[in-house]
Amino acid sequence: MNQSNTPTSGVSVDSERRPRVALFVTCLVDLFRPSVGFAAVKLIEDAGCEVHVPAAQTCCGQPAYNSGDKADTREIAEQVIEAFEGFDFIVAPSGSCGAMLKKHYPELFAGDPAWEGRANAFSEKCHELVSFLTDVMMVRDTGAALSAEVTYHDSCSGLRELGIKEQPRKLLGAVDGLTLREMKDPDVCCGFGGTFCVKYPDISNSIVTKKTGNIDASKADMLLAGDLGCLMNMAGKLKRAGSSVEFRRVAEVLAGMTDTPPIAGSGK
Amino acid sequence: MQLTSDRFKQQAQKALVDAQLQRALLNVEKGFIGKRQMAADALPEFEALRDNARDIKNHTLAHLDLYLEAYEKKVTEAGGIVHWAENAEDARRIVLDICRKAGTKTVNKGKSMITEEIDLNDYLAANGITPVETDLGEYIIQLRGEHPSHIIAPAVHLNKEQVEGDFRRVHTHLAEARDLSEPAALLSEAREVLRKQYFEAKVGITGANFLIAETGSSVIVTNEGNGDLTQTLADVHVVVASIEKMVPTLEDTAQILRLLARSATGQDMSCYTTYSTGPRREGDPDGPKEYHVVLLDNGRSSMLGTEYQEMLRCIRCGACMNHCPVYQSVGGHAYGSVYPGPMGAVLTPSLNGIEKTGQLPNASTFCGRCEAVCPMRIPLPKMMRHWREREFEKHLTPATARYGLKLWAFFAKRPKLYRLAVSFGIPALSALGGTKHRFRALPFAGGWTRHRDLPAPEGRTFQQQWQQREALKQNVDQKRAA
Amino acid sequence: MSARDSILTKIRQVNVAGSDDTARKQAVAARLSDSPRGIVPARGQLPDSERRALFEAMAQKFAATISSVADYSDIPRAVSGYLREHNLPADIRIGDDERLAKAGWDKERTLEIRHGASDGGDMTAVSHALAGIAETGTVALASGTDNPTTLNFLPEHHIVVLKASDIDGDLESIWDRLREKFGKGQMPRALNLVTGPSRSGDIEQKILLGAHGPRALHLIIVDE
Repeated sequence: MNQSNTPTSGVSVDSERRPRVALFVTCLVDLFRPSVGFAAVKLIEDAGCEVHVPAAQTCCGQPAYNSGDKADTREIAEQVIEAFEGFDFIVAPSGSCGAMLKKHYPELFAGDPAWEGRANAFSEKCHELVSFLTDVMMVRDTGAALSAEVTYHDSCSGLRELGIKEQPRKLLGAVDGLTLREMKDPDVCCGFGGTFCVKYPDISNSIVTKKTGNIDASKADMLLAGDLGCLMNMAGKLKRAGSSVEFRRVAEVLAGMTDTPPIAGSGK
Repeated sequence: MQLTSDRFKQQAQKALVDAQLQRALLNVEKGFIGKRQMAADALPEFEALRDNARDIKNHTLAHLDLYLEAYEKKVTEAGGIVHWAENAEDARRIVLDICRKAGTKTVNKGKSMITEEIDLNDYLAANGITPVETDLGEYIIQLRGEHPSHIIAPAVHLNKEQVEGDFRRVHTHLAEARDLSEPAALLSEAREVLRKQYFEAKVGITGANFLIAETGSSVIVTNEGNGDLTQTLADVHVVVASIEKMVPTLEDTAQILRLLARSATGQDMSCYTTYSTGPRREGDPDGPKEYHVVLLDNGRSSMLGTEYQEMLRCIRCGACMNHCPVYQSVGGHAYGSVYPGPMGAVLTPSLNGIEKTGQLPNASTFCGRCEAVCPMRIPLPKMMRHWREREFEKHLTPATARYGLKLWAFFAKRPKLYRLAVSFGIPALSALGGTKHRFRALPFAGGWTRHRDLPAPEGRTFQQQWQQREALKQNVDQKRAA
Repeated sequence: MSARDSILTKIRQVNVAGSDDTARKQAVAARLSDSPRGIVPARGQLPDSERRALFEAMAQKFAATISSVADYSDIPRAVSGYLREHNLPADIRIGDDERLAKAGWDKERTLEIRHGASDGGDMTAVSHALAGIAETGTVALASGTDNPTTLNFLPEHHIVVLKASDIDGDLESIWDRLREKFGKGQMPRALNLVTGPSRSGDIEQKILLGAHGPRALHLIIVDE
């Protein structure tokens, strides 16, 4: 394992200019967990990039898209593409928002002569944060240290739409002092599902109950995941049950930024 | 069956508190998921076969008219009779006519979802002909007056004690003191009771997993052998199959068979795969004297050329429902439709209209596990989303959800206004969260807080903090420059 | 308009739109005559030496039992042995398959042999397989007077005789055999692909053998 405290990066920083990365903050991170945004900024900067945060961003449009409201989704998507397409890369600290930008924007504009090409070019530049670090910037070690036993939940969109599975585990494996304790079925849905969890709260509860049972059984003292929605769902459920497990976005640990209170607090 | 998909939510709620059902549903994971994974992992060509199977069905659907004609010709050459049925009513009438001509009082049935779709049993019974289901699971639910809760494991919602109760209630000719505590005893009893029945019915009805244009054959895939006894011992074999069961050649069935059992039960091959071509031939000592195929459309041709066409690739393996967290939580009956789970959530609105079935494509977390395991690579979540779009266009989405969405979209499309609103709202909400950093209850968030706490926002929004950081940086830079 | 025409017209409206109908017809004719093979798993293409081992391993995985004999004349003794071993009555049902008929059943004097279709009263039947399929441990049986279909399903015990040289690697080889025997596009009335004895998992998803078909499947492989 690389024990050095400086990040190792595969992109040479002294080339003509550093890659210009636009951070798509995501609405949940913006509103509920800004520290994830700052962790993302640190990780991207440490990997040798220049970070920009376009002001004209709100949400990727997923709530409208998954509710069948295509017209509003398109308007929001056009707004995002316009604000972000001028950068070298667009990075989102979320698997589901990342998949929305990368996979679903091109679907949304397929066959539209004015937007199809732009959406495809935009999609090419989009990445979820952890896969951007490992697959694009070739980061192998973020130089973080944390003495903790953690378990990792694979959020569905990141896993199945973007193929993010090994990347976070590799980077976590390089965190000094951290032990990964895999739970049973880490790749099974937590029951969040965006608006699903409020449309069908009882079914969502049944699904998250199985998930939190697996988290408990892993005996880890911290749960990490790549999507804030899933984390808020699982944290809200376990905290209601009085659990002392802490919940954090994987980026916070990789950036060594764990001095903020965990999601939903640390107490029982 | 009576379509009750509009009551999905209430039915799901009942299912969630049904301890008996919840216990039975644990068998879905135990019985299917690990076994499928092992079988798929053990065949290096599995993923390539999925691609090929998808392509075979796409090719077939693009040439379906021609393959149906070729198939009909071959069936006729082999001495069989093809009946075309546009809808359920036509199909039921055709089957009844065949039964009446055969002069039978009872018909045996192999397991078939298509005859569930057309409500054949009730229709035959209403016309004085007793249908007897011979698949063990189907037999059990027929005794209970229920419908299948799973397309390949119809009685998966039951526990053995319930089956014992049904057998004791119905098999009154057997000794009361008999031991039925183990599944093996239940199986033996069903075997004995149904053995006699095989010889009594003059008509045997099966579905089909494939219809083959090259040879005019129909194929059934089973484990119990009941389908074969049903069709071999009857004078008349009636195959009821929908038009998308078509494949061009024997080779094409081999490709898809390598996926079917592995995806369904984790077997490399089911026990019995039977290719039937026409009736008994000269000198044949057994087999049916008549062979009929009822080729049913029932809405399929209307799916062609639409965004739901890919659903016609479905081979009814059940993998999507086995792996669906929603199905695992509520079981099949909550869906209130013939076909449950993700494939049902796409197919049912196509067959019955979105007006009464809109909840089904909404009752999904879009976790994508169904698509990940679908042997035919059907993009189920995408098609559920298309149904949500149809629903939204037709203004069928509930008003509160619609207005909520519109209000949210109003702000999402106006970044400056959005910023202004959240820069006041979020810090205030954060302060309310207090030192626990979460809420047990919050107005307008009952859907969330009924079962879980809501994590509180950290404080000021990211954008507020970022702009401050950038302003500070600019100040420093300017001072340096000066 | 008949239901047939109505259905075909609806399909055609979608299928023909925007495509060359002549090319469509040619594509269908070509596919039906060429029967392209698709993907055959490597395990279905093993050399002779490994193929039989795979066949036996797969058949046993699905709970079939296997014995082998040097030539057909050894079959009556093997069958009698099986019946004794399983405490079965010394009678069997058998079709008119010549290879089986020539085996010399009179050597087993106490064995009673019935011919023709099964009436449901047989404990044991003996059939001759068309071929075996190594990739899945399956035996293929074709209907007819030689091997009536009822023998495959009604008896409690089904004994299937299979020539070692008839063990193919893949399912596709069966289609070659059928085309050779019956002609392209032609099939026996019933082709049964049988993999292990009958089973059901319908009660609590516990797999139990002996659902409606045979409780036991025994394969006798003839080495000659």
